[in-house]
Amino acid sequence: MTLATDGMTNDSAATGAFAGVSGGEVRDYVALLKPRVMSLVVFTALVGMVVAPGTVHPVIAFASLLAIAVGAGASGCLNMWWDADIDAVMTRTRARPIPAGRVPAGEALTFGLVLSALSVFVLGVVANWFAAGFLAFTIFFYAVVYSMWLKRWTAQNIVIGGAAGAFPPMIGEAVVTGTVGWPTFALFAIIFLWTPPHFWALALLKSGDYARAGVPMLPNVAGPDATRRQILLYTLILAPAALAPVALGTGGLAYLLVAVITGAAMVILAFNVHRHREGEAAARAAQQLFAFSILYLFLLFATLLAEHAFGLYAAVPGIGR
Amino acid sequence: MSEEKKGVVLTAEEKRRQRARSVAIAWALAALCVLFFVVTIAKLGPGVMNRPL
Repeated sequence: MTLATDGMTNDSAATGAFAGVSGGEVRDYVALLKPRVMSLVVFTALVGMVVAPGTVHPVIAFASLLAIAVGAGASGCLNMWWDADIDAVMTRTRARPIPAGRVPAGEALTFGLVLSALSVFVLGVVANWFAAGFLAFTIFFYAVVYSMWLKRWTAQNIVIGGAAGAFPPMIGEAVVTGTVGWPTFALFAIIFLWTPPHFWALALLKSGDYARAGVPMLPNVAGPDATRRQILLYTLILAPAALAPVALGTGGLAYLLVAVITGAAMVILAFNVHRHREGEAAARAAQQLFAFSILYLFLLFATLLAEHAFGLYAAVPGIGR
Repeated sequence: MSEEKKGVVLTAEEKRRQRARSVAIAWALAALCVLFFVVTIAKLGPGVMNRPL
């Protein structure tokens, strides 16, 4: 039997609130890995692999993606372990395995640490140690820099912490080439700039939740109007930045078309969020931006994947490879 | 004292869950073995199997 207080320092664990015999179902341990985040990480890392200058054996690519996925899951698990006290008071997260009492916190910590070490080791052996080191750094950045340090300290938490979610394309390139270059740095920049408008749109809708949990999200610290201004500013930078792959020759005509159309839609939705500040219209605008931002990122990366993996790449005149 | 010697007694449901977790770990380890085998063949090539005993 493992006690939940093993190695814990945050409040919920210190009081032993989630202590107990392990009684979780297998699906609870799967939930600790944040499967939806994992799928996004796998997808963006795969795109990083296909746009990288070089090739990799499909078996090595598959095994590397598996290691990256497990690494992402491990960091999600460590995040849930650390944030169990916050999750317990937020409606969106209180049914998670640790606050719901289905998995003892100490077990989640062990699970996260073991999977972190395993994923880094497997990626190092299967691909190369630069990629493995990058994965280890990403896990550290998400679990320690974002979760333990930034999240409860500054309203810029998701701006800086967003880097952790933006690294996977670069890890994907590192698997193929053993290094990183501009094409995947551009993909990093897109995800990095996409994160604030995406999460602040959600924070506008869930500001009561974050206030109850004491998390200094921008709407709670600077107010909803300042948040709307920041969302618009980031979106105005994001839309043109999403054209960087075209300038670098990574994105072709299809990507250019998708980036321009969906980028314009993002800007319109961000303007809507900025304009509608009261009542139902304000909530609807934030909801629409949040939902579309997911589709936006998916379409950008799916187009790059289609261009490179399925031979749909057609160079933009005067720019192409 | 006899109570202490018994230690933690799991209910039938807890035993079922423990078994399910153990089976999941076994599958994961088996998958890892297969993965390492396939990766070894991919990295070294099938020629690694063709050598005198």
